[in-house]
Amino acid sequence: MSARLRSSLFPYAIAVPFAIVLAFPFAWMVLTSLKRQDQIFDPAHMWRFTATTEGWRFLFHDTQYLTWVKNTAIIGGLVVAITLVLALPAGYALARLSGRFGQSMGVAIFLTYLVPPTLLFLPLSRVITKLGLQDSIWSLVLVYPSFTVPFSVWLLMGFFKTIPPELEDAALVDGCSRLKAIYRVVFPISLPGILTVVIFSFSLVVNEYIYAITFISRSAHRTVSAGVPTDLVRGDLYNWPSIMASILIPSIPLALIYNAFLNRFITGFTGGAFR
Amino acid sequence: MAAVAASRPTGRRLRHLTERRRFLASLLISPAVLFIFALVGGPLVLAVYLSFTNAAAGSLTGKWVGLHNFRDQLSNPLFRDAVWHTFLFTVISQAIVLVGAGLLAHALVRSFRGKWILRFFVLLPWAAPVALTTMGFLWFFDPLASVLNWFLIHLHVVSAASKPNWIGTHNYAMGSIITIHAWRILPFATVIFMAGISSIPPEVDDAAAIDAATGLKKFWYVSLPLQLPIAIVALLFGIVFTATDMAVVYILTNGNANTDVLTTWAFKTGIEGGSLGTGAAVSLFMLPVLALVAVGMLVFARRAEVM
Repeated sequence: MSARLRSSLFPYAIAVPFAIVLAFPFAWMVLTSLKRQDQIFDPAHMWRFTATTEGWRFLFHDTQYLTWVKNTAIIGGLVVAITLVLALPAGYALARLSGRFGQSMGVAIFLTYLVPPTLLFLPLSRVITKLGLQDSIWSLVLVYPSFTVPFSVWLLMGFFKTIPPELEDAALVDGCSRLKAIYRVVFPISLPGILTVVIFSFSLVVNEYIYAITFISRSAHRTVSAGVPTDLVRGDLYNWPSIMASILIPSIPLALIYNAFLNRFITGFTGGAFR
Repeated sequence: MAAVAASRPTGRRLRHLTERRRFLASLLISPAVLFIFALVGGPLVLAVYLSFTNAAAGSLTGKWVGLHNFRDQLSNPLFRDAVWHTFLFTVISQAIVLVGAGLLAHALVRSFRGKWILRFFVLLPWAAPVALTTMGFLWFFDPLASVLNWFLIHLHVVSAASKPNWIGTHNYAMGSIITIHAWRILPFATVIFMAGISSIPPEVDDAAAIDAATGLKKFWYVSLPLQLPIAIVALLFGIVFTATDMAVVYILTNGNANTDVLTTWAFKTGIEGGSLGTGAAVSLFMLPVLALVAVGMLVFARRAEVM
């Protein structure tokens, strides 16, 4: 084999096996979701079966899945809005205005992202009860920005640093105030970066599990991540085809969006405070 | 400029203030900082306080018991197992991730036909919500109908009569949990590695070519040292994501087959068992690891020029 051919085959030789291993569980979910409930334990129907959408139908009509999707969307939307209000100004200021002190501040904010929900959920669960927010989606709207804000400030700081300061300077020379320059010049050209922050913050909300099961116990108020593992199980009888469908519905779109925004994510993530 | 300002005397004072860098910077930063301080700093202090009390579920205060909760847990074999499991899951899964992501990232930074779809497949485990994919693995490892066992039986690795129970027996369940963690962190680490590889300037390649450094030699003396800092950043993130996760163990085994980790143990004592103080003490045992990671992050991220 020539060196050139070997070199052009190299990516496939590595990436194809990895892709198969990493994606196989999802392929298996697709197949299972199309099986009949009474055939899924039958080895004879492991690969050959008559496809049915019964599992999907059951999920949409006979469970609270759509309510959980709606709850997740509402919570996600509100959390993203709160996150942008807090993180946009902070990210800009840390990228541009605040010098050496700002650098340490940026790092400090970033490090709070490392403090996990599993460390904070016990005291927070009591605080939520004291506030009378238990079993309400507002408890999650209040608490989720505690991890989306540090993460977003970090990403935004990275994006704002890639924008040449000369652009704002030009606006300032033209008589714009600093705030107006930020609002009129910096934010519009940062739109792709801001969109990336929106997407990844939203996906953090969809992903969150521990607060969601600790703060909320009424099925009608659950998110997708908490509802599927706790309430899609009846007694010990798992409706596997429906469960598989419930996993695929959020996962596939999220992966498509991740793939589309991957390069932007990398730019923001690695473009941070010391550049 | 002066004319513009003079024509709007009311806004002048405020505007004068917002033109001052220092003032504007703190004005823009403080809402985020105050929010984080209230929702991360507050509960953290509260967790420390609770860990020294015998607070029960339903109250935020309790009698001061000093180090009793910590001493009690340190002598509890279940707690010690949980610490050991947390350590094992984290170390083994991250070792797999480092090797896998190192290989995969080198392939995915190249441009080739079909890259988009392969990258989509690779990203799936990271993009999908972890609580949901763990449900998927519950089925994947099902004691009766595991598709993994189907493969193993047909490859004659195991016999149908003695197929492994991937969830119900200790060793296999440990393996399953490590597999899920490695599987879900690998795409993220790959992405960070890709960022590291593409940030190496092309001049380095040229210089290596002039010095006739190729293949393994080039990897060992040129590529590896350049990528090491960013590899460590990815590793540190992986450690935090694995060691502090609760969903995987809680959903897959619920700690059965002796697979509890610090997080599930804290949840069981603090929420399900109702001993808020003890639960808080258990979860605080994560702090030393997090502190070490934070220090490592500061040291290596600077070097990697990530931060």
